[in-house]
Amino acid sequence: MQIAWDSFTPFASLAGGLLIGLAASWLVLMNGRIAGISGMLGGLVDRAGDWPLRLAFVLGLIAAPLAWRGLIGPLPVPQLTTPLPLLLLAGVLVGIGTRLAAGCTSGHGVCGLSRLSPRSLLATLSFMGSAGLTVFVMRHLLGWG
Amino acid sequence: MAKLLSALIAGLLFGLGLLLSGMSNPAKVLGFLDVTGRWDPSLALVMAGAIAVAFFAFRRAEGQTHSVLGEPLQLPDKSRLTLRLVLGSVLFGIGWGLAGICPGPGLVLAGMALPAGWWFVAAMLLGMLLFRPLSRCLP
Repeated sequence: MQIAWDSFTPFASLAGGLLIGLAASWLVLMNGRIAGISGMLGGLVDRAGDWPLRLAFVLGLIAAPLAWRGLIGPLPVPQLTTPLPLLLLAGVLVGIGTRLAAGCTSGHGVCGLSRLSPRSLLATLSFMGSAGLTVFVMRHLLGWG
Repeated sequence: MAKLLSALIAGLLFGLGLLLSGMSNPAKVLGFLDVTGRWDPSLALVMAGAIAVAFFAFRRAEGQTHSVLGEPLQLPDKSRLTLRLVLGSVLFGIGWGLAGICPGPGLVLAGMALPAGWWFVAAMLLGMLLFRPLSRCLP
């Protein structure tokens, strides 16, 4: 294994993680809800009865870059090189998969693991494993990216 | 109104955390998932930091029936290990590995007015719509 020290950002990543943990803590203590993004979106798609709360949470996420620009300054520039057809396929798989598993990186990976949920541990190991394998196949077997 | 404002604040904090951590940069996420290549371990710290905080909040919440704003606590089941859970997670992981975007960062990228973010979110919502008819054919 080779560590990419030049792109390692321990302080920003840890601080960002603490902020994410704070957000999840806020939502469960104030609203009694799990901060699971796929679950919130899924309920909106299914027009669940509590859609206003879901919409408010989702709008907060979408507005975060705007808040960042107002509070902190220029936004970090995302690097995205995935060609459009692959990006669309990725989106569809993420949509179906997270609904089927009833959670994603936030619901299972952050909230579920924080609750010491065996279900979320199995989910997290499964998606981390298949994501790692996908990157391995794409980069090292097919030579893309 | 207070409940909606509170959910909005939680979403904002979450999104700011994603931006600060590097999770909203697909190339960085792929660098984390590329364990056999030049591995960028940063994102392990995102998860560690988030859990270190949320662990205490959930421990507190589990003992209560209502939230501070008086809403009933809605916590999902922790123990049912199903084929659906594994199959869904594997499919999600393949999608995550293809583009380096999971649902939260997808919304943040869309909020950055990035067309790629809009496309991803549109495809993800389509996937969520497709889930319902598909769900009937699955165990």
